[in-house]
Amino acid sequence: MKRKWFKIIEKGVESVLFTSSLTTSITVILIVIFLFSEGIGLFFSKPIDKDSIIGISKQNTVSKLSSAQLNHIFNQDLTNWKAFGGKNDSIQLLSINNIGDYFAEEELGSSFENIPNKINEFVQKHPGAIVSFSKTYMPKQFAGKLLEINNVGVWEFLSGKLWYPTAQPVAQLGVLPLILGTVLVSLVAILMALPLSIACAIYLAEVANSKIRNILKPLIELLAGIPSVVYGFFGLIVIVPEVQRIFNLPVGETAFTGSIVLAIMALPTIITVAEDALRSVPRSTKEASLALGATHWQTIVRVCIPTAKSGIAAGIILGIGRAIGETMAVLMVTGNASTMPSLFAPARTIPATIAAELGEAPSGGLHFKALFALSIILFIITFGINLSVSYVKNKNKSN
Amino acid sequence: MASKKRIQQALAFGLFRIVSLIVVGILFSILFFITIRGIGVINWTFITAMPEDGMTAGGIFPAIVGTLCLMIGSMIFAFPVGVMSAVYLNEYMKDSWLKRFVSMMTDNLAGVPSIVFGLFGMALFVNKLGFGDSILAGSLTLGLLSLPVIIRTTEEALKTVDDSLRIGSYALGATKLQTIRRVVLPIAFPNIMTGLILSMSRVSGETAPILFTVAAYFLPKLPTGWHDQVMALPYHLYVLTTSGTNMEAARPMAYGTAFVLIVIVLLFNLLANIIRKHFGRKVKMN
Repeated sequence: MKRKWFKIIEKGVESVLFTSSLTTSITVILIVIFLFSEGIGLFFSKPIDKDSIIGISKQNTVSKLSSAQLNHIFNQDLTNWKAFGGKNDSIQLLSINNIGDYFAEEELGSSFENIPNKINEFVQKHPGAIVSFSKTYMPKQFAGKLLEINNVGVWEFLSGKLWYPTAQPVAQLGVLPLILGTVLVSLVAILMALPLSIACAIYLAEVANSKIRNILKPLIELLAGIPSVVYGFFGLIVIVPEVQRIFNLPVGETAFTGSIVLAIMALPTIITVAEDALRSVPRSTKEASLALGATHWQTIVRVCIPTAKSGIAAGIILGIGRAIGETMAVLMVTGNASTMPSLFAPARTIPATIAAELGEAPSGGLHFKALFALSIILFIITFGINLSVSYVKNKNKSN
Repeated sequence: MASKKRIQQALAFGLFRIVSLIVVGILFSILFFITIRGIGVINWTFITAMPEDGMTAGGIFPAIVGTLCLMIGSMIFAFPVGVMSAVYLNEYMKDSWLKRFVSMMTDNLAGVPSIVFGLFGMALFVNKLGFGDSILAGSLTLGLLSLPVIIRTTEEALKTVDDSLRIGSYALGATKLQTIRRVVLPIAFPNIMTGLILSMSRVSGETAPILFTVAAYFLPKLPTGWHDQVMALPYHLYVLTTSGTNMEAARPMAYGTAFVLIVIVLLFNLLANIIRKHFGRKVKMN
């Protein structure tokens, strides 16, 4: 009888253990589901403020525009409808900002009650008219036609160069500067960290005596545990002014500054993994090389590094992954300008954008969805990096 | 010829030694810098008082309490789940596609950027499950973040337990569960604790996951329950350096906060090292 109870308990415990072992997998799946369910909505929404309406003259043959095209109209860099496939009429924009140029204040009424009529008047008078107003000012019986606005397109999102998610009345949601900013900052960081960390790993694994190694290795591992916000703080206080001084820049918060901080943060990761890989080279392999008359240095270059190369590669890829996903330190030192990045100018990365803007984005709005769509990009990049790390590691095992 | 090789080797090794010194020097100058600037700020008031005058005076007590709440809260969730998960993976699961899949997913979860955890925590815990910005939501988010580390270290710890001990236990008539509870876990326990402590130290410094799930910009009172928002040390440091009302005046506060954060990390690592040295073989951490 007691045995039977034992069996039932054992089975029960086993199923509880089994369930918890699935937690990580379920979490990854849930992350995917939530990021996509919030982010994918972006591509089914129009990049226009809910309370705004854009109208054009009835004669106009154009009926649909994208947010980028509208941006050209509002900035007045394109002034003819021909540019958008319409008739040869010059574009005449009327909005709350310039209505005073067309109509005197008395005409609009003391509490602007005449604005709807004036909008109709304007649209009927000018065949090239485009009017942009909030719903409250638009006439009940609009004399023109409403302009349709394209949904945010995937390609437009990925290749757009303007990131003004809160612009009125149409938001500009191009993430190319953010993607390029992320790539630039991380790439330069890894290029700086790589020679330093590989040299340090070789020194620790092969050259240093065990006494030095036993002190340095735990210390370097410890430094990997320092919070990123502390690195960011250090970068802001020390590295930012130095970069500004040395390169004689107007501001010290640049992509390059971010790269330096990221490089410092990536050092412990790459050193630890690469050193482990170098240490796992079998002793017999090394001794065979030495027995053939090679010097220690030749053995390292010709035997140890080639044998450990997939482990070293895994460390480097891991470092790149960390650098791309790093949020706080980069947010604090890169200056966060969402322009097309260059090395010695302020830049902005995907994680920093999310961290800086999500707090101000109303839940479920366009900006909110755009930030989740950004996080999908980030997730896909890091997921790819993780998969390649496990691929490289497994390849190492099978060798 | 031989001497040329020797010279080459001496040059290369010398270079590596210098580079390593530089690397270690850079890393240590950061610690040194923050310690020198921060240690003078630390006094009893700083540790135990509420922030005052737009966070330029007073102390960081609520942030310390908040961070402690999050460290404990996240481990209440992550530690049992992580250990149970590792026990199942190492003791029960046979080498199959499922094991490889779970293993891969655990690695992948470890590589997910912390800001993505923050977004996920906000979407699931704060909005969907309606916890709001609360210790509960923040702890669960941080718990998920530290789950892979706990699973990996526990697995490593279980692997160091010799198979002969398990077989011996079975031979005495113990069941699998009894063997795990009375033989495997006690031996692996110190190394499992090392993993726990290192995860807590990591949780103490994470900022991005708590931005949208729990962290309060300024909240000079202590939490009373699971559903309260709290201040936290790393977020407090971020606020002090980037968005305070008077950042120059808040600078000493920032140095002090950074120093406290570093001390927490150092203490926990030291503790982990002591346990490691005293009780068992070294657990490898990534």
